[in-house]
Amino acid sequence: MPGFAKRIVGAVVVVLAIIVVNAMLSAEGLFGFGVPRYWAHVLMLAGINVILAVSLNLINGFTGQFSIGHAGFMAIGAYASAYLTVYHGQAWERSLSGAVGETLAGVVVFLLAILVGAVVAGLAGLVVGVPSLRLRGDYLAIVTLGFAEIIRIVILNMEVVGGATGFTVPGETNFLWVGAFAVITILVVHNIVRSDTGRALISIREDELAAEAMGINSTRYKVLSFVVGSMFAGIAGALFGHYTRFLSTADFTFIRSFEIIIMIVLGGMGSITGSVLGAVVITVLPELLRLLPSVGGFNFADLRLVIYSALLILIMLTRPQGVLGEREFGFNWLRRAQKRPEGDEAVGAGAGVPIAGRPAPTGGGESGEDAVKGVENR
Amino acid sequence: MSESKLPSSGPLEKEGVVAELARTARTQEVADESGHVLRTNKATIRFGGLVAVNELDMSVRPGEIYGLIGPNGAGKTTIFNLLTGVYKPTSGDIHFRGRRVDGLRPYEIARRGVSRTFQNIRLFPGMTVLENVLTACHLHSRQNLFDAVLRTPRYARDEREHREFCMELLDIFGLARFRDEGGTSLPYGNQRRLEIVRALATRPRLLLLDEPAAGMNPSEQDGLLNLIRQIRDRFDLTILLVEHNMKVVMGVCERIQVVDYGKSIALGLPHEIRNDPKVIEAYLGD
Repeated sequence: MPGFAKRIVGAVVVVLAIIVVNAMLSAEGLFGFGVPRYWAHVLMLAGINVILAVSLNLINGFTGQFSIGHAGFMAIGAYASAYLTVYHGQAWERSLSGAVGETLAGVVVFLLAILVGAVVAGLAGLVVGVPSLRLRGDYLAIVTLGFAEIIRIVILNMEVVGGATGFTVPGETNFLWVGAFAVITILVVHNIVRSDTGRALISIREDELAAEAMGINSTRYKVLSFVVGSMFAGIAGALFGHYTRFLSTADFTFIRSFEIIIMIVLGGMGSITGSVLGAVVITVLPELLRLLPSVGGFNFADLRLVIYSALLILIMLTRPQGVLGEREFGFNWLRRAQKRPEGDEAVGAGAGVPIAGRPAPTGGGESGEDAVKGVENR
Repeated sequence: MSESKLPSSGPLEKEGVVAELARTARTQEVADESGHVLRTNKATIRFGGLVAVNELDMSVRPGEIYGLIGPNGAGKTTIFNLLTGVYKPTSGDIHFRGRRVDGLRPYEIARRGVSRTFQNIRLFPGMTVLENVLTACHLHSRQNLFDAVLRTPRYARDEREHREFCMELLDIFGLARFRDEGGTSLPYGNQRRLEIVRALATRPRLLLLDEPAAGMNPSEQDGLLNLIRQIRDRFDLTILLVEHNMKVVMGVCERIQVVDYGKSIALGLPHEIRNDPKVIEAYLGD
């Protein structure tokens, strides 16, 4: 089965790539060849942003529900998992390390913490989604925005997770975790989108009434996409918290929500590769701006938000559907050019049924010729 | 002319799809104890002070092509929206196959075997022709979210079966060659056909067609008449048709009900309706 073999090869390549990148990011580097500390940091953040953008795209891009509270679910995942590692992590690791060894125990406990963060964020998504997904457009946006702020304020007042002083978290995240979860997020969203569930989600985006008429329970599927999206936001939050080693509610304001939205709008709503592109660009862009020299006390890095806005306006004017629109960038894109001609094999199947109202290719050519003649006659 | 004609040979042998659709439709089995597929009992809907549908009684027998006609603004589409759950009747009730369906959500009614097309075509714009039809296979999908995420054999089998089913169905309607084109980029007549294909892919027992002849020229209308008859015969369906075009209705419907200002004013065979003074008055004014 060549498809199967191809997938195995792909998986091996991806795993190797993550391991190599992780080695290069670590302090020792790979055979002395490492990425500078600073850019390693940027790459980690880019990976976490990929998870956030791709998961938000499932809600906003594919299902067509405008959520602007993704940072709220990220916060829930971050704090829930951090609570676990801070208060129970060491005890659990100790009791586990006897059985499976110290390294593996650490891995298991952190994985558990991430999954708990995902589940708690998913439950929060369910609680918010069930009542609010009956609302449309602007109203849903306001509810999600409000919810994210409520979460933030609640956490700010919870002494058990540090409250306003912040929460110190053990550092567990390395690129193995971030890379693996970024790939898992992309795979899961990709597989959902290309399935019966995905078609249901997209049909709700395209025409909710028609989708219902085809037997699709639109509320159920909207909630489903919301919960799945929130779960991955929770995972991103868990990775983020255990990477920065310090959680503060200031990390999860609506500005972060908007940043994620900018990523998917920029890359293309309804395109997974677009979200990845958007996430990477939006993470790297401010760092590149920092590299620019300041001109007369005028610093480009300080203009980050101004440049975001200008970028967004530019995209909206020239390419409102985002850089990739709804298309995916991939090998098929490169292959399509050669594939086109044989696409006509399907014609035989429908042969014998004359289709009126559809100009045959030759007809189009003729009218084209007529137009040319008309010009000549003049 | 040939715009909406089913091929009379060749794809007819596509017994797979036809048999499967007919199996779910089986007209004899869908009737309730009174011998009807669909019955409304004094169905009424008010929008504020306006009574859009007023105590409407209708009863559709299995296997018939039933026409619902009336002048513009008579409430035909509102009746459709009542039957498909878009609106909930203010009073009265609706029975499908002997069970009450008023108050159910549209997807629940679709699940019971009512499928529809829309007056102003509502295909899914971002989808190809094939995807439009595949989406309508949702009710018969056996894969769940985990099958999809993990790409289980059940997912693969389910996808393959639906794809084959949809391609056969598209083939019967002469749309197979457009499978990868955008649904809404098809010419108008084919969009109407695709919408019918999509409705059939839900494997309904009752097909509701909302003004299928809207925007068609006379020769296209002739093709459509043939198409509707052939769908009923080959797929063993019951068809309810809303139309204000008299020619289409008279040509294809076996029984016709006329509504005006939300009230039923006549019910009968086509020739009875044609000569009914009340109908003539409603259409021509006094």
